[in-house]
Amino acid sequence: MIGPVMIEREIDARGSHCPGPLMELIRGLKSAQEGEVIAVISTDLGSNTDIPLWVQKAGNELVAVEKLDAEATRFVVRKHVRA
Amino acid sequence: MFGHKHPEQPEMISTSPGAIQPATANRLAIVLFSGTIDKLISASIMATGAAAMGMDVEIFLTNWGALAFRKDDYKTNQRVSQDYADYQSYLLEQMAAKHVTSWMENLEGAKEIGNVHIAACSHTMTLFDLQLTDLEPIVDEVTGVAAFIERARDSAMSLYI
Repeated sequence: MIGPVMIEREIDARGSHCPGPLMELIRGLKSAQEGEVIAVISTDLGSNTDIPLWVQKAGNELVAVEKLDAEATRFVVRKHVRA
Repeated sequence: MFGHKHPEQPEMISTSPGAIQPATANRLAIVLFSGTIDKLISASIMATGAAAMGMDVEIFLTNWGALAFRKDDYKTNQRVSQDYADYQSYLLEQMAAKHVTSWMENLEGAKEIGNVHIAACSHTMTLFDLQLTDLEPIVDEVTGVAAFIERARDSAMSLYI
């Protein structure tokens, strides 16, 4: 069961081009605490492939991918907690 | 001719200082030869993607690639490869309209998130009377070609741009 998710910060990267939204997400997570949830909104089509790939590769958790409208998608990511 | 005696197998003479390394290092090596923005943008995005995906990036600036890193040059560089010259105004218009980040900003971002090393070719530097201090601070050092080859030889990916 997935409980409610508290989004600590939302980055609006609409209009930013590949790999801009991914870079914004990486920067955002870098300054976030472990376990914190960050969202990034992107209108770049590359984000649909790149953000889930990066999130998995970097060991974070993709909490949700939400289509906001015809152009924009919101990616909700939880920063990994190191054991 | 048919009776020609097959020459003896020449003795292998190796001057190599080390054994050949398999291409397994998690590193992207780029020879950046071009100084036109269409190619600089491509190189900077490739470097950023590799850095984001956890690869080290080694960039070697030669010829026009090195000149493009002269201090402040990127602020006015609007060169496009000759083959695509007819696209120049279209490219510049679109970049301005869509607020595309400059290739220099892309590289700065790549350095910020990953292990990106940029070296300028000493041959080019000598040819054009340049010192490291004449280049943008993003350039780490001036090296010879052998230093780049040594860092590139086991890289999983290599690009010549």
